[in-house]
Amino acid sequence: MKQKKWIALTAILVLSLILTACGSKDTSPGQTNTDTKKEELSGKIVIGGSTALQPLAAAAAAEFMKEHPQVQIEVQGGGSGAGLSEVSNGNFDIGMSDVFAESKSNIDASQLKDYKVAVVGMTAAVNKDAGIKKLSKEDLIKVFTGKVKNWSEVGGKDVKITLVNRPDGSGTRATFDEFALDKQTPAEGITQDSSNTVKKIVNETPGAIGYLALSYFNDDSVVKLAIDGTDATEDNVASGKFPVWAYEHMYTKGDPKPVVKAFIDYMMADPVQSNIVPAQGYLSVTKMQVERDAEGKLTNK
Amino acid sequence: MENKSVVIQMQPSPNNEGRSLIQNKKKWTSIFNRNSEWRGKIWIYGSAIVVILSVIAITLFLTVQGLRSFVVDHINVIDFITGTEWYPDRAENPSYGALPFIFGSLTVTILAAILAAPFAIGSALFMTELAPKWGQKVLQPVIEILVGIPSVVYGFIGLSVIVPFMRTHVGGSGFSLLSGALVVGVMILPTITSISADAVRAVSHDLRQASYALGATKWQTIYRVVIPAAKSTLLTAIVLGMARAFGEALAVQMVIGNARNLPNAISDPSATLTTIITLSMGHSTTGSVLNDVLWSLGLVLLIISYGFILLIRFISRRGQIS
Repeated sequence: MKQKKWIALTAILVLSLILTACGSKDTSPGQTNTDTKKEELSGKIVIGGSTALQPLAAAAAAEFMKEHPQVQIEVQGGGSGAGLSEVSNGNFDIGMSDVFAESKSNIDASQLKDYKVAVVGMTAAVNKDAGIKKLSKEDLIKVFTGKVKNWSEVGGKDVKITLVNRPDGSGTRATFDEFALDKQTPAEGITQDSSNTVKKIVNETPGAIGYLALSYFNDDSVVKLAIDGTDATEDNVASGKFPVWAYEHMYTKGDPKPVVKAFIDYMMADPVQSNIVPAQGYLSVTKMQVERDAEGKLTNK
Repeated sequence: MENKSVVIQMQPSPNNEGRSLIQNKKKWTSIFNRNSEWRGKIWIYGSAIVVILSVIAITLFLTVQGLRSFVVDHINVIDFITGTEWYPDRAENPSYGALPFIFGSLTVTILAAILAAPFAIGSALFMTELAPKWGQKVLQPVIEILVGIPSVVYGFIGLSVIVPFMRTHVGGSGFSLLSGALVVGVMILPTITSISADAVRAVSHDLRQASYALGATKWQTIYRVVIPAAKSTLLTAIVLGMARAFGEALAVQMVIGNARNLPNAISDPSATLTTIITLSMGHSTTGSVLNDVLWSLGLVLLIISYGFILLIRFISRRGQIS
């Protein structure tokens, strides 16, 4: 009796395995023909890496899974470094990163396929007590490298400057150092990873300056700094006038599987780019009038 | 449970179920018998072996990973431990000096112990010596609640309350070694208190009686008899608290400021080994130099933690002899 139960259970297990094997075959390119649209996508996608990109990927994944109920998408964090390492090792189907894979010396970027899914603009966030709304790039570099210690020296009030940096390896730090500070190493200060914490610290500490993605300037708790007379607006980033911005990347190892490709196409397509991307505080790549390569060279589209 | 055992036992001889239970006793299948001596032995020995193996495995793994930066990336060990400049991301001439973090970790730990130990031992004495009945009833749950509060909550309270307080009353940005030590001090308070209370309770009543018989007051008895008698366990309690403070990352990270240079004063921002690891680990790629040096920081952390354990062994052994 009990033996029979076991046999039945095993049989069900084996059958279901065979069935799932058949199921996944359906999505292979050989079998799909004219009615690709109607063919149900199925399978599991593991996405991980940059915590900055995580909310956007999660929101898009939720929408995608609504349209394709057979697809299961798991969006993890872990940081850009983890995203690049794990996608290279084949543990993630998609690795999210704030930085170009080329910027990490031990990642073989030629192996990875880059999909730039969004753009994030950023600028310095200044405490209100500093009395500063704009700075020349030269002065900004002086502030961040510690050559200037008081806001009165660059035209502000008599308040001591407190720097709020990001940790080593952080994409936000890399972008800000490269495009706002012209690759100068910032002086020591407070270091925090989370954008919300940085915003809180800048808001509460007199004379503090840090840097944030443009989407975090959604209230007047911190001052959004204009650099070299250019306001940090989305339009100025899109036209290339404001230099401090970076791509949000999704990397796959080689050519992606059909279901992964379908998701990336969905990310790049209009509904996501014009709705979810701005709603999550990013700029759409389709709106950008300029392009930048891994070396930081800017070209018109 | 029972179903499973019967079914599996049946497989070798399915036709004589009744006999197989007795006959197979010495075969390996007897581990499925609930009363088997083997079953208990395997579980208990197995647990011990798993615990020992996992400690060895963690140590080996951390050692191998932590030595990579010296063996593979050719960073000088002496420069790593004594260097004061930490610029792993600098394009030209990166430098990996971990001294500020080792200093930060040790300073936060020692300051936290100095801040917490008097309060912890005081409240332990209160609930054992002065008010054993209601002190126990009130203080014990309070201490258990302190243990149960997650470290991120301590960190957030520190960031919202202690940091602004320090800024207005001590000066600077408020993010400082002292803020970190205060937050960690509160976190290790329950550890020290509960072990100290056990230590004080373990002091023989004869000693107290003898002290009272000589005309000593309560305070004199506590100060001259109970504390000296419990000294070695009280020290162990403090060191255990320090070990916990040393490993704390999240709460400290939120209030210490994570500045990577050596602080000039305890009101300056600083960083600890754990905060630098948690801040940068996610941003580094496996096998990169930054990743390797973070593992090396982990190795330093492990070695110092082992030092704390040796210290506890040493203290308790000395306590036994006297």
